[in-house]
Amino acid sequence: MTELIQGFLSGSAAWGVLLTLAAFALGALINRVTGKAIFNPLLLGAIFVIVFLSVCNIPYGDYKASAAPVNYLLLPATVALAIPLYEKLDLLKANAAAIIAGISVGSLVSLGSALVLALAMDLTKEQYATLLPKSVTTAISMDVAAELGGIAALTGAIVILTGIAGNLLAETVCRVFHITDPIAKGVGIGTSAHAVGTSKALQMGEVEGAMSGLSIAVAGVLTAVLCPVFVNLLH
Amino acid sequence: MLPLPVPASVYGLLLLLAALNFRIVRLEDVKEVGSYLTGIFPLLFVPAAAGVMELWVEMGQMLIPILIAVIPVTVLVMVSAGKTTQALTGLGKKEADHD
Repeated sequence: MTELIQGFLSGSAAWGVLLTLAAFALGALINRVTGKAIFNPLLLGAIFVIVFLSVCNIPYGDYKASAAPVNYLLLPATVALAIPLYEKLDLLKANAAAIIAGISVGSLVSLGSALVLALAMDLTKEQYATLLPKSVTTAISMDVAAELGGIAALTGAIVILTGIAGNLLAETVCRVFHITDPIAKGVGIGTSAHAVGTSKALQMGEVEGAMSGLSIAVAGVLTAVLCPVFVNLLH
Repeated sequence: MLPLPVPASVYGLLLLLAALNFRIVRLEDVKEVGSYLTGIFPLLFVPAAAGVMELWVEMGQMLIPILIAVIPVTVLVMVSAGKTTQALTGLGKKEADHD
């Protein structure tokens, strides 16, 4: 049976794309039927892909190569975050100082937390470099982790888990901690949970989405610049 | 080309923003495809997220720090960034320059 599936799959060029779509659609369906945030379509989709590959004994590398078109779309999708931002450009200009300050504080807290974790839990430098850039988008964080001697692929996984956590917790955190200003919500979500969090911010509102998208870019650049400094704070 | 480890997508975001701002690209021309792309964002992360299946061992070695980094630290970052912005927009102050 598995041989049959493998034979069928290797014969169709973009089976990885189909598998991704099917897994995500199933995840989205379960999310809609149950109405539970924890049944996040991305989380479920990834689990279904892992289960399918494991059961059929297909190496992850084969799937990744076949699903490359999906991964490729991440680039234009990130670029497209400029559109909601442009639509809210006046708001950004009027609140530039508050927005930049929020993103800077959040990025420093993120980096500082990784340092505290590394010191408290006696992490190796490799593990520390893997965790350090975890709040920013995969494209930046994996490059940074690799440059600093971390395990880039693991950073990518941690970044996505962080995004899912931020996506799931965003509404609760904003309510519990009385973050009511849409600009502040967007900055908080984008700085802590990059693009996966931003998809939640876009659902919360136009301003939230625009500010969250902006925060991805600013927090990403800031983290890329500060990481080489922070990595040397651990001996 | 530039010395920072900034990926193409972030430069792209800034370039598109500049192009829209200086009317090189019209909003109507990119709005529809842009909304579509940002709408399917979570789907696009599925292949990368499934990559954890190759990293169980490395993950297991630092499971506790990963869990702390993923859940409480994410909340802490969200609150510190959000609260800072909220406090400053609430003051209604507009500091002229800040880089």
